[in-house]
Amino acid sequence: MNEAELARFVLHEARLIDEKRFDEWYELFTDDAYYWVPLAPGQTDPLEHNSLAYEDKLLLRLRIERLKQPTAYSQKPASRCLHVMQAPEVEKSDPARGEFLTRTPFLYTETRGDESQRYAATAWHTLVRSANGLRIRLKRVDILNADAALPSIQLFL
Amino acid sequence: MPLMADRGRRYREDPGALQALVEADRVHRDVYIDPEVFQLEMERLWARTWIYVGHASQVPQPGDFITADIAAQPVILVRHTDGTVRVLMNRCAHKGTKVVYDFAGNTGKTFRCPYHAWTYRTDGSLLNIPLKEGYQGTRLHATGAVGGLTPVTHETYRGFVFARLAAGLAFRDYFGDSLSSIDNLADRSPEGELEIAGGVLRYLHNCNWKMFVENLNDTMHPMIVHASSAGTAKRLWEGKPADAPKPMAIEQYAPFANDYKFFDDMGVRVYPHGHGFSGVNFSIHSSYSSIPEYEEAMKRAHGPERAQQILGTVRHNTVYYPSLTIKGAIQSIRVARPLAADRTVIESWTFRLKGAPPQLLERTVMYNRLINSPMSVVGHDDLHCYRSAQEGLAAQGHQWVNLQRNFDPAELSATELTCNGTSDISMRNQFRAWREFMAP
Repeated sequence: MNEAELARFVLHEARLIDEKRFDEWYELFTDDAYYWVPLAPGQTDPLEHNSLAYEDKLLLRLRIERLKQPTAYSQKPASRCLHVMQAPEVEKSDPARGEFLTRTPFLYTETRGDESQRYAATAWHTLVRSANGLRIRLKRVDILNADAALPSIQLFL
Repeated sequence: MPLMADRGRRYREDPGALQALVEADRVHRDVYIDPEVFQLEMERLWARTWIYVGHASQVPQPGDFITADIAAQPVILVRHTDGTVRVLMNRCAHKGTKVVYDFAGNTGKTFRCPYHAWTYRTDGSLLNIPLKEGYQGTRLHATGAVGGLTPVTHETYRGFVFARLAAGLAFRDYFGDSLSSIDNLADRSPEGELEIAGGVLRYLHNCNWKMFVENLNDTMHPMIVHASSAGTAKRLWEGKPADAPKPMAIEQYAPFANDYKFFDDMGVRVYPHGHGFSGVNFSIHSSYSSIPEYEEAMKRAHGPERAQQILGTVRHNTVYYPSLTIKGAIQSIRVARPLAADRTVIESWTFRLKGAPPQLLERTVMYNRLINSPMSVVGHDDLHCYRSAQEGLAAQGHQWVNLQRNFDPAELSATELTCNGTSDISMRNQFRAWREFMAP
């Protein structure tokens, strides 16, 4: 597994979100995966400390299915998003076990109707090699101002 | 329709017009959208009533402080050197600088203003001014400057610290028997003590504060507004074997999609001065999986009968009008911090129940994340509806907001009242208090 392949995977993952290909996106995660957006800088505990999101695959499935519902009122009009990303860096690499950690700073814009919000954030992907190729075990997104009073963030950073 | 320029002092100068905004079964749209009404709310309703500041567990040691904006004014909650809790205006007596700016910290024995080093004890009294001789022969002592950081009237009840900025009712007279919900929350600790834990979610709402507060006991909305989230949660779990352990997330989401009968049978109770709760008989929190280790700890602490009584009281939302709403059964609270007529920060806090196993904190943290986070799919649809109303109320034509469900003229002379859960009684009750405290 070389650095370029890992980087390609991370950029592809963001593209699936931006293109709202959420069912394909969901398949990128392992069965025991979490998508985590901590509330505090450097937060280590997702269970006894509040987070903006800490979702297993059941909750990700719920979010994705909700977005398909005609009764998802907060999605009329629908939100759009775009990730503008720095080149992913490989922070840790354990080829023998097939485990990798990448760090990717990015700017995230989410719009809905006349409203637009922008966040600076860092994505940390814990990736594992599987029979189907790379999969995400943990995607952690540290928003620079995660502890500010924030409006609704409706898609996926 | 007066010109906008003439509207700024309309309600201040015409008390009758202000009172006329609230009728027994409906309210005028200006209570939600008019900036002058908002300003008067901060000066009157939010100054004369008891506003939640914070919890004493956030300032355990002398010098510990937190800051907050209550009634759109900055205050400090601090543990004084004598061990008591104090509430002070966060405004240097000299030029107005906030003496502390952080959300929380420890100031030691004194507050020292970062601008010109005027220094205060933690009870707010002025300790020192640099080059004090420069004030000799001036009016320093005749003016307010030597009064220090203005102390604010406050009361602590089971660790909950409330402040009252202007003259008004005594604490017990204001809250009365509604305090039973705070008791139930604190009694859920095997040691009878609560501790704020897990940080705070702060969700910016681009709507009037009342839309949020009223919604908490609006039981006609969950099955509609939350169909896409809670309804999906129910569907995802359909067809699973009856003995399969239900994930906590499904337990927490699914009841929001319960039917009208469920919410009607829950019941609602209101008290004087705008307080009240839904979930007299049961609530959306009643069917959570039991945590045997916790129930044992409660029985050991309180005896089986009393433990059953405490854990069997499963209220939905209790509103301590106008600022605090609590959920005893899931040990979380939400606090409204109004900023403008169409701008409110909602803070959501969680408690550790002292002496309880860690699953209790995990459960409330999960609930807070799923329901109260800016990334919550439940919150998204709620806020969409509030904001949509904030904009919709601009429409000319019909200018009233309807609160008529189950209205009974007899309720006007009642004090404590228990009704069917889908009644609009809690909103009417809040506006009766609003009208009372908004009089000049």
